[in-house]
Amino acid sequence: MRKVYLDNSATTPVDPQVAEAMMAVLTGVYGNPSSVHEDGRQARMAMEKARWSLAGLIGATPEEIVFTSGGTEANNLALQGAAKARVKKGRHLITTAIEHHAVLDVMECMEKNGYDLTVLPVNEEGIVAVEDVRGAIRPDTTLISVMHANNEVGSIQPIEAIGELARERGILFHVDAVQSLGKLPISVINMNIDMLSVSGHKIYGPKGVGALYLRKGVRVVPMMFGGGQERKVRPGTENMLGIVGFGEACRLAGEGLQEFAALAVLRDRLLDGILARIPDVKVNGPRRGSRLPNNVNVSIRFVEGESLLLSLDMQGIAASSGSACTSGSLDPSHVLLAMGLTHEIAHGSLRFTLGKQTTQEDVDYVLEKLPPIVERLRAMSPLFSETV
Amino acid sequence: MYSEKVIDHFNNPRNVGEIPDADGIGQVGNAKCGDIMKISLSVENNIIKDIKFKTFGCGAAVATSSMVTEMVKGKTVEEAMAVSNRAVAEALGGLPGEKLHCSNLAADAVHAALDDYVEKQGTMAKKGIAFDGQT
Repeated sequence: MRKVYLDNSATTPVDPQVAEAMMAVLTGVYGNPSSVHEDGRQARMAMEKARWSLAGLIGATPEEIVFTSGGTEANNLALQGAAKARVKKGRHLITTAIEHHAVLDVMECMEKNGYDLTVLPVNEEGIVAVEDVRGAIRPDTTLISVMHANNEVGSIQPIEAIGELARERGILFHVDAVQSLGKLPISVINMNIDMLSVSGHKIYGPKGVGALYLRKGVRVVPMMFGGGQERKVRPGTENMLGIVGFGEACRLAGEGLQEFAALAVLRDRLLDGILARIPDVKVNGPRRGSRLPNNVNVSIRFVEGESLLLSLDMQGIAASSGSACTSGSLDPSHVLLAMGLTHEIAHGSLRFTLGKQTTQEDVDYVLEKLPPIVERLRAMSPLFSETV
Repeated sequence: MYSEKVIDHFNNPRNVGEIPDADGIGQVGNAKCGDIMKISLSVENNIIKDIKFKTFGCGAAVATSSMVTEMVKGKTVEEAMAVSNRAVAEALGGLPGEKLHCSNLAADAVHAALDDYVEKQGTMAKKGIAFDGQT
């Protein structure tokens, strides 16, 4: 059976070149990068090369990069660390309703611990308004966190304008760029970003490694205490294997940025194909422009997302959904609900995220297999019969 | 995460559809929680002669619906009333923990259909029509 992996926003396969770079470390570089001797220096060099690659990809300097265990840790370190470091200035935090749980839940936890939190709404396309950010700012606001691109619907946020606003008001600006790194150009300077979270496994690197960009001069209180690694912000002997793999993935992502943008052609082929072949389908998120070039998200009315995923899986197609069954709670995706979708429509959401390995044949295979699946599930649905 | 039996019932669901002029119809769940199960059945001489389902929901919702129709078809009304959601899940070789709470409503849907049947029979009895539709 044909295998079509269209869940690249969940994770990506490790690029063979990344695997090769990691293998070289696994088998040949065993020193501790903090050691003075040659083995240590060799490890340190490999690690710093990776730091250069990531810094280059986001327009930062290597000393501004702190490696972490992934995007979640980077978000926690940025938000908790910066809020704590600025607590004397104020306790008001601003974020949006469509953030990843690794931001939203951190913010809500801080709210329970004495901070004030404003969670901004988004429009029906899943985009926050700069004016809403402006309106939410108070004299005691210390931190604004807005994701670059949404993981579910691919909506791209007005980061540059929000960054400019935050900079004007002397408020720290954090951006969760886990979904946009390697997909969209990022310049922490031009976008006025103070802190930026990224992850390795979304860009064909290994799982278990990520990083936080901390603009020079920005202070965060560490989550952990120990040795002097990562400028004491993130102590512990570095995950050499992961860091080197992440670095190589960053280098490749930088080279492939334009190629990735071209994925929009396949994205539109898939979306237009679905709309042409299946009635009663709603597009979730921006139709064209402000959307990640690899994200398709639709709600297929009268059917439920997990049923769709199971049926697609039987045909070798990997996708994801914002239905309750896949969100790990009784409610469907908080992102889709924030965009104003009803529960029923949100339960029928289906996300395809393309990758650099995706071909036109893959897309056409999905367009061949999806319509009969929907037809079968609709024939089984009591909601469908009520409307025809 | 699903047993082979669940996948089998999901892929090849038994008794899908709706019985026209059913003796009893039951619907449980709602679109908000993501599962709706609709059961229609016909009864003759206190025996469930035919039963069909329509379900909007996840794999577990479809599989439990299909399974329960197999379990109660040919059974008496009383026997069918005694079938529990838990028994349906067990007949499928178990369900993932989180599904036991949200998507395991198929027996409830059957019970609702049987309640509807009994209620209709009561109404008809009051009107002087004999039980089980026999005049």
